[in-house]
Amino acid sequence: MAALGSPLRTLRGLLRELRHASARAGRPYRDTPAYQHVMAAFRAHRVTSEKLCRAQQELHFQAATYLCLLRSVREHLALHREYHGKGERSPREVAGLVGFRLPQQPGGKG
Amino acid sequence: PPERKRFYQNVSISQGEGGFEINLDHRKLKTPQAKLFTVPSEALAIAVATEWDSQKDTIKFYTMHLTTLCNTALDNPTQRNKVQLICAAVKFLETDTICYRVEEPPALAELQKNEWDPIVAWAENRYNVAIGSSTSITGPNIPASTKDTFISHLASYNMWALQGIEYVITQLKSLILSMGLIDRHITVEKAVLLSRLEEEYQIQRWGSVEWAHDYDLCELRARAAAGTLFVHLCSESSTVKHKLLQD
Repeated sequence: MAALGSPLRTLRGLLRELRHASARAGRPYRDTPAYQHVMAAFRAHRVTSEKLCRAQQELHFQAATYLCLLRSVREHLALHREYHGKGERSPREVAGLVGFRLPQQPGGKG
Repeated sequence: PPERKRFYQNVSISQGEGGFEINLDHRKLKTPQAKLFTVPSEALAIAVATEWDSQKDTIKFYTMHLTTLCNTALDNPTQRNKVQLICAAVKFLETDTICYRVEEPPALAELQKNEWDPIVAWAENRYNVAIGSSTSITGPNIPASTKDTFISHLASYNMWALQGIEYVITQLKSLILSMGLIDRHITVEKAVLLSRLEEEYQIQRWGSVEWAHDYDLCELRARAAAGTLFVHLCSESSTVKHKLLQD
């Protein structure tokens, strides 16, 4: 079985990601089917203790995989927004990129 | 083309005759080929619903990997049957990333040996096959018996799970790493790291355009995680009984 660390930590991470996802939808994350499903699964299998049986390990792996999915999608989206979504830069921004400042021309280009 | 705006308020799931359905307000979600979107696993439906509910102003389909996988399973756009899917998957073994080794530079060769040898050994042990690795340009010589073993093993998965497995293999460019994931021997993060070993090595040597590196890394993690989760959710005994998965 893969080295997964503490199940409690995975659960916390997963709930944090679900909170992020719900924030985008503008609804309390405890109301979402995903939150309820995750909590029910963890409670039913008691996947919080240190020693886990096979079924518990499988659930933990699933939770860790889902956590990875949610986190990676959020990070990918953030990077996409930062570097792909800005649209065209103004001449001032472009100049700034290469360390220049546009000259002040109070009277216009003339 | 401009992105589609989020046109629904509420996302919910319901159970229909064929399986679990996704409702966007009162509309039932359909596949690109206009079939009713039905999934065999409730957990999978919940995760898909979460993808749709996570969309803010515009729908970013490129982030909705589980939805995409379900659409592929339902529409089967490449029109492949089970045998063809399995053959495509096993064919990857011939060019498996972790079997293809460099001789130069020595540091990279060493890194590949240290990181990849244990995974090859694990697969050889787990499946009782010979795989090996090679520095030859034609790659490793995989015995027919090894391929047969993997073909047999993959045949035990249903069509939905197979779509997921083939997806993970094409993303990671490695059958062995994908089996490592499916068998829960390694985590997604580790599988992705091993898949990108040479890139990571080059980045450590030469530096990176930081955001581009992270961008590719996040995207590969997301896809590998989605594929793995998809396979597991479609293979669980509670799910396998479902009509949708009878092939």
